[in-house]
Amino acid sequence: MFGFLLRRLAVLIPTFIGVSIIAFAFIRLLPGDPVALLSGERVMSPERHAQISAQLGLDRPMVIQYFDYLGGVLTGDFGSSIVSKTPILKQFLALFPATVELSLCAIVIAVVIGIPAGVIAAIKRGSAIDQSMMGVALVGYSMPIFWWGLLLIILFSGILQWTPVSGRISLMYFFKPVTGFMLIDSLISGQKGAFASAVSHLILPSIVLATIPLAVIARQTRSAMLEVLSEDYIRTARAKGLSPFRVVSLHALRNAMIPVITTIGLQIGVMLAGAILTETIFSWPGIGKWMVDSVFRRDYPVIQGGLLLIAGIIMVVNLIVDLLYGLVNPRIRH
Amino acid sequence: MKYKFGFAAALLAASFLSTAASAKTFVFCSEGSPEGFDPGLYTAGTTFDASAHPVYSRLLEFEPGTTKPVAGLAESWTVSPDGKEYTFKLRPGVKFHTTEFFTPTRTLTADDVVFSIDRQINTKNPWHQYVAGTSWEYAAGMGFPELIKSVEKVDDLTVKFVLNRPEAPFLANLAMPFASIMSKEYADKLQADGKMEQLNQMPLGTGPFSFVGYQQDAVIRYAKNADYWGGAPKIDDLVFAITTDASVRYQKLKAGECHLMPFPNAADVQSMKSDSNLKVMEQEGLNIAYLAYNTTQAPFDKPEVRKALNKAINKKAIVDAVFQGMATPATNPIPPTMWSYNKDIKDDTYDLDAAKKMLADAGVKDLSMKVWAMPVSRPYMLNARRAAEIIQDDFSKIGVKVEIVSYEWAEYLDRSKAKDRDGAAMLGWTGDNGDPDNFLDTLLGCEAVGGNNRAQWCNKEFDALVKKAKITSDQAERTKLYEEAQVIFKREAPWATLDHSLSIVPMRKEVSGFVQSPLGDFTFENVDIAE
Repeated sequence: MFGFLLRRLAVLIPTFIGVSIIAFAFIRLLPGDPVALLSGERVMSPERHAQISAQLGLDRPMVIQYFDYLGGVLTGDFGSSIVSKTPILKQFLALFPATVELSLCAIVIAVVIGIPAGVIAAIKRGSAIDQSMMGVALVGYSMPIFWWGLLLIILFSGILQWTPVSGRISLMYFFKPVTGFMLIDSLISGQKGAFASAVSHLILPSIVLATIPLAVIARQTRSAMLEVLSEDYIRTARAKGLSPFRVVSLHALRNAMIPVITTIGLQIGVMLAGAILTETIFSWPGIGKWMVDSVFRRDYPVIQGGLLLIAGIIMVVNLIVDLLYGLVNPRIRH
Repeated sequence: MKYKFGFAAALLAASFLSTAASAKTFVFCSEGSPEGFDPGLYTAGTTFDASAHPVYSRLLEFEPGTTKPVAGLAESWTVSPDGKEYTFKLRPGVKFHTTEFFTPTRTLTADDVVFSIDRQINTKNPWHQYVAGTSWEYAAGMGFPELIKSVEKVDDLTVKFVLNRPEAPFLANLAMPFASIMSKEYADKLQADGKMEQLNQMPLGTGPFSFVGYQQDAVIRYAKNADYWGGAPKIDDLVFAITTDASVRYQKLKAGECHLMPFPNAADVQSMKSDSNLKVMEQEGLNIAYLAYNTTQAPFDKPEVRKALNKAINKKAIVDAVFQGMATPATNPIPPTMWSYNKDIKDDTYDLDAAKKMLADAGVKDLSMKVWAMPVSRPYMLNARRAAEIIQDDFSKIGVKVEIVSYEWAEYLDRSKAKDRDGAAMLGWTGDNGDPDNFLDTLLGCEAVGGNNRAQWCNKEFDALVKKAKITSDQAERTKLYEEAQVIFKREAPWATLDHSLSIVPMRKEVSGFVQSPLGDFTFENVDIAE
């Protein structure tokens, strides 16, 4: 297992360097000049433009800028935002817990509903339950997030008034963030009603963000289960007289889980992408919204730093998924 | 705000508006995050609404609801006969905010004023480059480094500006957000502690509200400044709930999660007006959208060709399609709410036959041209491509073929400046200080050719008038000069003036005292909430 971990870690290094080059180069390939954008419609003189570019180090050859940047990253310095002038890592760490909290809730919803739905659909293959579940999953998979989010807000917050419209907690609660996770911080604060308020604010965005992964997980579970259920050892288990519940939960599901775990791992990447839209609709102060704003402002350091940090996290998540494989299916370790 | 089911019990406690009886909290659903809190560094209204307006004051302030500069931190001022020396007497006893992060030991003095301006124009000031890439965009844009020869303390409550040339809009410029007065004592402390960047993160001023905290991209909190020199605000707490999507802002307003919102969707305005819990204020914005011909390139170098094309643009159709009526067709290059607007000028009537004939008379046939459409939505032009399509359709009826082009926004701004740019570029402007100079000279003066003057139009007669108005201090005299300049503009037609958009502010019924600013600022020192 240790050797397996080392091999996986070794692969991460070139991947990380590759990502850093792509993040660095792609933003600069986009048209648009961060210095010119600082003044908007108000025209900046060429002299001032040159002066500010020099201050930001944007006038140097790209290769030098890259190595300078990489050097910074290796020492933990991701640079500062051109716009807000604050360090990228500081901003990232302040915003990332919000995205993680939302994504975790969404993935829990997707897994808790998606896997049983897939299992039931597989067991009841071809039945009305199967067909309606997969029909709903297909609709969920094709759902345009922005429209879906707005629809839920209008229905549940506007008309029914069951949930708040947007934000992370009611504005009447005010406390210093300790962990950055609102559910935990609201409990630590000890303020009455704060936790319930945080939960109520999480409901709609989590549902919206969970929609697509839920559909994917349900479909993947169904097809993996169907494959496993037709295996010889399942027939043997049934022939031995095991209860259908034991056959499905102990023998079939465990083996069917391997591709499902891969899917869940991949969905975390998809979720970070989905978070961009979800966070924008629900005014959720996470990294998705931050990155989008930075792209529009051509805030190079934020985009490249943010991309690199997100890529790093996805790589770590994938590593964990690989390790989980090893636990579920020992053959993979070799 | 009531939750009927499910979470009702727990969430009733969370409905802050209904429990805000003891402390009045006013919530503004702002449209974006501030870039920072030092108004000198930025140009965006969103940033000024969160920094300059609540936290800071200036030597002069714009009278609420107007663009007239009136006494602010300066009680009075005198201007030397040659118009080059401005001496300001400061209001005595003005207190800076006492906050969790700083306790001031003295009141406002001339040192604070000198510090606030000098740091922006003096490259040797240690605060000129206090964070990497610091750029004083507005100070540079308004020409302060070249204009101001010196800013000096005469005594504790007197400060003198010496200019290199007379400049009539100078007083209005000092009322702009970038000229906010900071505390030198606070800055000195930050410098001594090696925390200079904090000036842009934790602002401290003399404004109606003191800064409490900012949770990035989510919430900004301010507390009432009971010692505010202009009289303590009626609300206790001011909260900005950052909500970028206009539809979501509307839902929040409806649900009572905020009291007032900026920039509604044009499509929502009618339903807002019919909602009995809401009221809607509207006012013509201090802006213009225009189509600038490149007047140095044939055939657009001929005024009669430009006039002919202007007659073929159906501005009413643009206003209806793009703004759903929330804008007015523009006649002059300055908005009607601005002093010196020439009411006697009549707009070119929309007349395709006449346009066709004028083009033929000018010897133009089979004309193909480019119309540049901005890639972004701006307050003065919500959908440039749609407007360009309407123009394209109109022009095709007079035999002019139009190709619509667009680029990424920064690229667009850059390329549209080029002297050899082809065709006509759509762009616009929102006034900075309410002075006509800020439109007429900034956008159409000879010095702005190759820069803000996208028409590349240098008319000596027009330029002489606006340059003279710039150094004349008598407003009646200036009004005459600008009125005359507008006549020349209309005769020469370097632009097709398209529209002035309305600024629309929906709010809850219980809100009172909000005054709409022609400059588009959102200020809350006078607002109140009915119990």
